[in-house]
Amino acid sequence: MGDCLQATVRTMPSLAVPPESFEARRNQYYSTRILKEMLGEVPWDALKLLGVTDRDLCIPILTYVFGEAQLGGTAALVSLARLRQEHYGLEPDRPLLLERLRRESLHELGHTFGLIHCPSRDCVMYLSNTVVDVDTRGRDFCRHCQTVVTSKTVGRGRDDDGE
Amino acid sequence: MENKVNIMVVDDEEIVRESLTSWLEEDGYHVEAVESGKKALERLPAKNWDLMLVDLKMPGMDGIQLMDEVHKTAPDMLVIIMTAYATVDTAVKAMKKGAYDYFVKPFNPDDISLTIRKIVDHHKLVQENLFLRKELKKQYKLRDMISKNEKMLEIFDLARTVAKSSSTVLIQGESGTGKELLARAIHDESPRMDAPFISVSCASLRERLLESELFGHEKGAFTGAVVLKRGKLELAQDGTLFLDEIGDISMKLQMDLLRVLEQREFRRVGGSDLIAINSRIIAATNRNLSAAIEEERFRADLYYRLNVISIHIPPLRERREDIPLLVDHFIEKFNIEMGKQIRGVSEEAMRILVDNDWPGNARELRNVIERSVVVAKGNIVTESDISLPSAGPGADHRMKSLEEIEKAHIRVVLNENQWNIVRSAQALGIDRVTLYNKIKKFALKKEGIAPKE
Repeated sequence: MGDCLQATVRTMPSLAVPPESFEARRNQYYSTRILKEMLGEVPWDALKLLGVTDRDLCIPILTYVFGEAQLGGTAALVSLARLRQEHYGLEPDRPLLLERLRRESLHELGHTFGLIHCPSRDCVMYLSNTVVDVDTRGRDFCRHCQTVVTSKTVGRGRDDDGE
Repeated sequence: MENKVNIMVVDDEEIVRESLTSWLEEDGYHVEAVESGKKALERLPAKNWDLMLVDLKMPGMDGIQLMDEVHKTAPDMLVIIMTAYATVDTAVKAMKKGAYDYFVKPFNPDDISLTIRKIVDHHKLVQENLFLRKELKKQYKLRDMISKNEKMLEIFDLARTVAKSSSTVLIQGESGTGKELLARAIHDESPRMDAPFISVSCASLRERLLESELFGHEKGAFTGAVVLKRGKLELAQDGTLFLDEIGDISMKLQMDLLRVLEQREFRRVGGSDLIAINSRIIAATNRNLSAAIEEERFRADLYYRLNVISIHIPPLRERREDIPLLVDHFIEKFNIEMGKQIRGVSEEAMRILVDNDWPGNARELRNVIERSVVVAKGNIVTESDISLPSAGPGADHRMKSLEEIEKAHIRVVLNENQWNIVRSAQALGIDRVTLYNKIKKFALKKEGIAPKE
């Protein structure tokens, strides 16, 4: 992912999912509340913060989301729940799960760079509402979206770190 | 392209507004969220909204009431009603009232994003289509008149120019060519458009009645004048007075009218006060006024007063290229009036329509199309749906002159319609006034019909 974003990626210690984000009626978690909680935990030297959770996420108006991001903001969140083959009654597939996670993470982080859904199916920013969409759209940013991301990372993350 | 789409979200719950807004923004739409119907109506004129997502249950104005209000000023606005609980009743009610769709919260993300994409694309196409159609028609239209005939287009240009002045206009043309439509168009294009357009048919009234119709009368001016009545000249103040069938008025009224035109003032019948008028006068006739002047039935001085600007509308048979255009125009009109979905006329039907001579001109064509739209079984008008009055039975060809045939035919039609003037005139493809004149001319009487009383 670091190559795609042209930035250094660092893993932080895990954070607890805030209990008030649990929506008992739906047995899901409001992703916006988790996102807000994450904002208080952004390290001073980080450009963006990506959260990964096992919980099934939703927002009040939608039955589920794969993830959520602040458009043009700092934090993004991705859920593994609906990326797992088991969710659809299939055999577990770890490499596939990791690839889906990578694409969803790039997609949500793309939003934090101000990118909206891309009309190109070959771009990771193409709208995906189903896991089939996640698998069939592009692996990486298209040229246009890549330019937007790079213009905001180059000279900030990796280069500052001296890599 | 898509980032120019404007969506308004109306919901009293903040969390819904927030989450829907941020989710739609990720899709590239411009979103504005408001918390009530009142706020929504305030924001409505601010932008060119493409779509509204409206919550059904809100304090104050509910979603359906809001949609009704919005549709009063923006009848084409696409509204999606959102609700927490769907009942068949509310869904049916929302759709009947004109909602584009109905969603139950929370939505399946795939459903909503596909639906929104589809309607936004569709909406853009419809708008583009409407725009192009308007552009296409603009050059052929003057208000309610439509033509692509050179002469008619010149008339439209002249009418637009004349509209800006206050000059008196004389419109000549056969019955049914659209003299009143043209007069109305001149009025609507003029600075007087907000003042009244008053139309008087001079042929349908006897002299005495027409006089009081035009000039009004004081209370007690004559037997039966129990209250003061303002005449059409007064009612048309600041606006336009349209005098139809001016060739039919008596010599005395011609004199009175001439005085009004010269002095721009008049007295009510039985009155002594002079009333100034500033309305524009447009007169029309289907008669040959020059011939009437020669026969001393029409005053030459009045003719010159009226004939400041003269417009002669050619009969339909001299501009056959307009027939297909008018056919489409009338079909569109009657589709709306009758809730039909006729797409056009068959090739053979069009050939018959274009070849016909249309003695009653566009009005006759309109009546024929109206009838064919009523009787058409499919969504195309075929030749069997078209009945031309001239092809009807009843004409006895042993009679020699055209006048005899005309008289006999009018009598047949009148009897067929129990002497109902409106229906008979429609069947004949002429206006009521012309029919009255013909009844007078041929001295037709209700004979052989048992009196109703």
